[in-house]
Amino acid sequence: MMSAQMDAAQVLTGAGLDALLQVLKSRGLRTLGPKIRAGVIVYEEIASVADLPRGWTDEHSPGHYRLRRRDDAALFGYTVGPHSWKQFLHPARQCLWQARRDGAGEQPHFEPEPSDAQHFALIGVRACELRAIAIQDRVLLEADPQYRARRRDTFIVAVNCTVAGATCFCASMNAGPAVSDGFDLALTELTTSSEPLFVLRAGTDIGRAVLSELPRRPASDTEIARAAARVEDTAASMGRQMPSEDLPQRLLRNLEHPRWSEVAERCLACGNCTMVCPTCFCTSVEDSSDLTGTQLTRTRRWDSCFSADLTYLHGGSVRQSTRSRYRQWLTHKLATWPQQFGTSGCVGCGRCITWCPVGIDITVEASRIAAGESG
Amino acid sequence: MPERIVKPRLGVWKFASCDGCQLSLLDCETQLLTLSETIDIAYFPEAASRAPRGHYDLSLVEGSITTPADEARIQTVRRRSKYLVTIGACATAGGIQALRNFADIRAFSAAVYARPAYIRTLATSSPIAAHVPVDFQLHGCPVNKHQLLEVISAFLAGRRPGIATHSLCMECKSRGHPCVLVAHGTACLGPVTQAGCGAICPGCNRGCYGCFGPQDSPNTPALSEALTALGLSRAQLQRLYRTFNADAAAFRSESERHGD
Repeated sequence: MMSAQMDAAQVLTGAGLDALLQVLKSRGLRTLGPKIRAGVIVYEEIASVADLPRGWTDEHSPGHYRLRRRDDAALFGYTVGPHSWKQFLHPARQCLWQARRDGAGEQPHFEPEPSDAQHFALIGVRACELRAIAIQDRVLLEADPQYRARRRDTFIVAVNCTVAGATCFCASMNAGPAVSDGFDLALTELTTSSEPLFVLRAGTDIGRAVLSELPRRPASDTEIARAAARVEDTAASMGRQMPSEDLPQRLLRNLEHPRWSEVAERCLACGNCTMVCPTCFCTSVEDSSDLTGTQLTRTRRWDSCFSADLTYLHGGSVRQSTRSRYRQWLTHKLATWPQQFGTSGCVGCGRCITWCPVGIDITVEASRIAAGESG
Repeated sequence: MPERIVKPRLGVWKFASCDGCQLSLLDCETQLLTLSETIDIAYFPEAASRAPRGHYDLSLVEGSITTPADEARIQTVRRRSKYLVTIGACATAGGIQALRNFADIRAFSAAVYARPAYIRTLATSSPIAAHVPVDFQLHGCPVNKHQLLEVISAFLAGRRPGIATHSLCMECKSRGHPCVLVAHGTACLGPVTQAGCGAICPGCNRGCYGCFGPQDSPNTPALSEALTALGLSRAQLQRLYRTFNADAAAFRSESERHGD
């Protein structure tokens, strides 16, 4: 729900969204947002509103994604694609440190941690994604100075979802579709014709400062009500639902459920679900030396609980079977994450369902397994 | 670059292959100079014609075993090598020429040669590891030059090579490529294929051809089911698995389940 201390809603007029991008750029931020590439809505650098997927929406089902034309000119009339903001805040590869020595047998000297601190403005962050960023903050903010440096100055322009996808279930995770906190500015799109129309609110002081530079007028009560109604309609049209009652305990009581073996027969152990998941944060650390043995590098890269090497210890991998890896992923996400971090590890974005090449559905698997042997 | 008193000796050995993996070594360009300063490239058929006698600290073996003569020669290479690393789909899985393993080699010889009696060949094309112990296998058709340099650097330093054996999908997604299977309905072997190429084909909106062979936990039957749902016929499925790594176990068994 909306927070109690709420700024008055404004309407962004005319070229207001382009003005917003320019203001953010003038503050030295890289503006990142949705864009169409190879038939998919991805998150990339956007120069202007012309880069946004105007008049497009997306069709989702397990293992299936297609872009479709809308009959209006909405700029945010779709849900989420395969990308998430973690690719910027928690990048796929990151150099942790380097060391150099002058020759074999010499002591290496460590070179300072390479600083790649960039300042981002994230445009079009959905409620589920705000929750995902909050979850990664909980895990990484203290532990990872590079994450902290990137995160500190991130400006977030959130968007309330005005459509739900067939694989969306944020409402049942209490993670959306309305944004509640964690944003600098939050938009709700009311565009119908070719003229973009947004109701927006500021959530932080910097958001208010940016808002004051934009062409705007106070929102009318009708516009505020229309915006709220759109988000309520979205909540009512979620394609899927996650069982909520006592889910962690019910999953942990069913660790030997036959369904784990059935899902393992279909699971490709390809790791796509973890790559597209906006909260999955697992990494591996690799040390490498160059040919001369004088330049040493420690690199961190995304890894996945579906790769055998993630649990490689002396003598082999702990989780040899796909069954054990799927069970680890699902029970961590939905059952042991709350114990570890105080919230569910799932935000209901549905990416793992859409982008699973064989269409394994976390809501179906969790329901069946939590229902116990009789399910 | 400090002088080493004795440079490690490197040998590059060719068996039945197209030389593409050796060319990956030549393709290392700027690193090639450092390589030649760091190690003694004692034998390299793409660059020299005769193998000097003696022992090799590291042997890179390209190609598969397809003749009785090569069956004997690989034993000699093994004896003369401290470490033996196989490079490429031919050396690690038998290569494209392992298609003969699914057919009758005598019929092929008769179709191609005027006098097949002169041809001395084996009925199968087999990987090096089927003949001698191998210290490390580097997959790919051809191998990736960055991975090749990583393996050589690792053996020089006495450490484990940092070569991932997980799916291509993880590399593909790490690079931010849209999934061609889910978003376009394109047949793609990425979920069952080992990473390492840099996800070149999906990055160009093509499905993965499986050049790097099976990943460490391949579930080919489940992928085939998804590809069947996309409209692939049994013959197309068989063909998909039968390319450069046709005789790699997971691809072989899956191709044998399909066909006309």
